[in-house]
Amino acid sequence: MTSASAPVRGRTPARDVAGLGVGRAFGFVAPAFLLIGAFLIFPALWTIYIGITNYRLTGVEAVSPSIVGLSNYTKALNDALFHNALWLTMVFVLGSAIIGQNVLGFTLAWIMRRTRPAVRRTVEAFVLLAWILPSTVVAYLWVAFFDRDGGTLNGLLGTQGTAWLIDYPMACLVVFNTWRGTAFSMMLYSSALQAVPPSQLESARMVGASGWQTLRDVVFPHIRGHVLTNTLLISLWTANDFSPFLLTKGGPNHESETVPVYIYNVALQGGELGYSSAISFLLLIANLLVSLVYLRLLRRRS
Amino acid sequence: MRSLSRLTTAGVLGAAALALLTGCLGSSDKGSSGGQDANRNADAKKVELTIGSNSVKGGKSSAGATFLSDVLIPKFVADQKGKGVDVTVKFQGDGSDDEVYKQKLSLDLSNKSGPDLFQIDGIWVGEFAQAGYIKPLTDTVGDAAKVNDWDGWKQIPESVQALGSYNGQRYGVPGGTDGRVLYFNKKLFQQAGLPADWQPKSWDDIISAGQALKKLPGVTPIQINAGTAMGEATTMQGVLPLLVGTGATVNTDGKWLGNTPQLRQVLDFYHQIYSTGLGDPVLQKEAKGRDKSFAEFAANKIGILGESDYFWRSVVEPKEGVAKMADRDTAVGWALIPAMKPGSGVKGQDFVSMSGGGATVINPNTKFPQQAWELLQFMNSADMVKASLDGAAKITQRSDVNSEVLASDPMLSFIADKVLPITQFRPGLAEYPKISAALQQATADVVAGKSTDAAASAYQKAVETAAGSKDKVTSN
Repeated sequence: MTSASAPVRGRTPARDVAGLGVGRAFGFVAPAFLLIGAFLIFPALWTIYIGITNYRLTGVEAVSPSIVGLSNYTKALNDALFHNALWLTMVFVLGSAIIGQNVLGFTLAWIMRRTRPAVRRTVEAFVLLAWILPSTVVAYLWVAFFDRDGGTLNGLLGTQGTAWLIDYPMACLVVFNTWRGTAFSMMLYSSALQAVPPSQLESARMVGASGWQTLRDVVFPHIRGHVLTNTLLISLWTANDFSPFLLTKGGPNHESETVPVYIYNVALQGGELGYSSAISFLLLIANLLVSLVYLRLLRRRS
Repeated sequence: MRSLSRLTTAGVLGAAALALLTGCLGSSDKGSSGGQDANRNADAKKVELTIGSNSVKGGKSSAGATFLSDVLIPKFVADQKGKGVDVTVKFQGDGSDDEVYKQKLSLDLSNKSGPDLFQIDGIWVGEFAQAGYIKPLTDTVGDAAKVNDWDGWKQIPESVQALGSYNGQRYGVPGGTDGRVLYFNKKLFQQAGLPADWQPKSWDDIISAGQALKKLPGVTPIQINAGTAMGEATTMQGVLPLLVGTGATVNTDGKWLGNTPQLRQVLDFYHQIYSTGLGDPVLQKEAKGRDKSFAEFAANKIGILGESDYFWRSVVEPKEGVAKMADRDTAVGWALIPAMKPGSGVKGQDFVSMSGGGATVINPNTKFPQQAWELLQFMNSADMVKASLDGAAKITQRSDVNSEVLASDPMLSFIADKVLPITQFRPGLAEYPKISAALQQATADVVAGKSTDAAASAYQKAVETAAGSKDKVTSN
C-alpha cells in the first residue's frame, strides 16, 4: 500500500513536484471532491441525521419528525428481526460469496487454464453473461426456475409441487448468488494464476506432488493477495446485495430477509424511515469494519 | 500536517452539511400549502393534468384504466375545448400490488411531485392527511362553498363518503364501495355432493364443506387469505370478516383490538384450516400468492374463496379478468360470510361482511387546482360514472346510478341488497395500517406453525407499539 510519492514520505512535507501551485492543484481535485461530497459524504451524513429522528414515510412524523437520540439504535439492538437479518446476511455472505463464488470461480479458472481457447472463451462468455444481465431479468428467470407449478427445476428433478423459494429460501438464494457473481472471481483468479511461474509448477510435478499439494504449496502462496482482495470485494458486494428481494421479498415470514432487504421493508413497507436509516448506518459501520480487517491482513502479507 | 488539513477539510464539509440538514426534514411541508394561492392558474388557457391510478390496460383493474384513458379523458378534453380551454390530460397507470403503489405515491408526494389527481385506498386517507400529502378539498380548491355545493355529494351515502374523509373533512371523492362474500366453485361442489345454493350458517359449516371438498383429488378446499405477502388482502378478506363474526371489531370506542378471546378464535380458525390440509399454507407465503389463488380458483382447483365483488368483476370476469372463467355465470356461486355461530356476529348478526373502497384526491401541489377540481367533478358526474361501467355492473358511489345498473347483475345486486346492510367499514384512523400489518403477521405466524397463543401475544406487543400505549389496546 505504498503510494507513488514514496521517496519523499516521512519527515519533509511533499514538494510541489508538478509545479502547479496549491491553488491550481486544488482546482484539479475539486471536481472529484465535489462528487465525493455530493454522492458519498452528504448521503452518509443524511443517513446519520435521519437515523436519530423518528421520521416516517406517512403520518404525523412525516411532517414534523423529532429527534429521538439513540433510541433507534437501542431498538435495533433488541430487535429480533434485525438479529435474524444479521444472521441471514452472514449465512448469505459465507455461503454464496466466501465459499460459493470463491471456490467455483477458482475451480473454473483452474480448469480453464489448460483448455483450448475456444472452449475457454465459450465458458467465460456464459459465466460473464450471468454477471452482466440486469438483475430484474435474472430474477425473473430464477423465479421461473424455482417455481412450484411448472418450474424448470421441478421439471428436471420430477419433484412437482416443491416450492423451493418457500421451503428452502436461503439455500435458493445462496445458489442463485453463487451463479450470479462467480464471473468476477473467475476472471480475477484467471489472471492471478498466470502469475504463478510455470517452472515451479513443473518442479512440483517432477517431485511427485499431488494436485492438492501443488495447489496448497505452490499456487496458493502466489495468489494469496488476490484471494484476500477478491474475498473482500465479493463479501462486501454480497452483504449489500438487494437482489434477494426480487426473488423472495425477504419471505416467507422473514426467512430470507437479509439486512438490505430488511432495511427496505422497514423503510417502505413499514414506513419507518428513521429506524431504517439507523440500521443502514449500522450496516455501513459493519462494512467499514470488515474492510479494515481485510486491509490489515493484506498489509501484514506485504 | 497534510493529514491534519485533510481532517479539517472533512470536518468543515461535514459541519456544513449537517448545518444544511438540520431542520430540512419534513418541516418545510408545513407552511407551504397555506402560502399557495388556490386560484393559481385559474384562468390558464393551456392546462396539463395527470391522473394516477393503480390500474393498467390488460392487467390490474384493466376496465378502470380503459375507462380513464379512452373515455373520461377524451370527453373531458372535448368538454373543456367547448369552454375555450386547451387541456391535456395524461393517464399515469400502475399495475403493482397496492402496498407498492402506496410506497411510490408517498415518495412522490413527500417530494411535492406526483400526479395532479390520484386514486388511493380509503384507509390511507388518514396517514396521508397527517403527513400533509393531501389536504381537505376546501383547502386545495380554496372556496368552501364551491366544494360543498357540488350536487354530487347528495347522491353519495354518508358511509361511502367516509371513505374519502378524515376527521370529518372531505379529502376526496370516493369511487364506490364493495362487499365481501364467500365464493365457491359449483362444479367442485357438485362433485363433492354439496348443494349449488350453499349457505353456511357457522364456521363449522365452512369446515365441513371443506372436508367434503378435500376428498376431491388436486383440490384445495378453502382459501382464506393469510400472511404478510398478501398485505391488506389478508386483513380485509380474512381476518376482519372473521373477527366481526366473533362480535368484535378492530377498533372499539377508540381502543384497538389486542390479544382478546375473539382474536384467538379467529387465529384458531386459521390454524384449523391451514394445519389440517383444508387450505394451502404455501400459497399464503408465496410472493405472488394472491394472484396464484385467483388462477387456481379459475382452474377449478380451489373450492371456497373469500373475496370482495372485485373478484367477480375483475378477476374471474370472462372478458377482461386477470383469471378469466368463461363459465363464470354458471360455475361461480356465492354465499354470505357466516358469523362464528348464528347470532355471534357484531350487533348480534348471523352473517357479516367488510367493505372498503377508494377515493380520488387532488394533489395539494398541483399547478392547476381549479381545473383539477373540475375534472374531479366531471369524473364523478352521473354520466361519467355510468360510462365507467361500460355495461357491466359495479357498486358505484352514486345512488342514482346504482339504482339503474345493479339490477342487471345478480351478484352485484346481491351485494347491494344483502351484504351492504350488514357490512362494516374499517376505521379511518392513521394507525390502522400498522394494526393491519400486525394482524397479517399474526396469521403468518399461525400458518407457519406457531401456536395461537404465541401468535396472539406477539400481536399484542406489536399493537401496543403501533397504538403508542397500552391504554389504547384492549385485551382479554
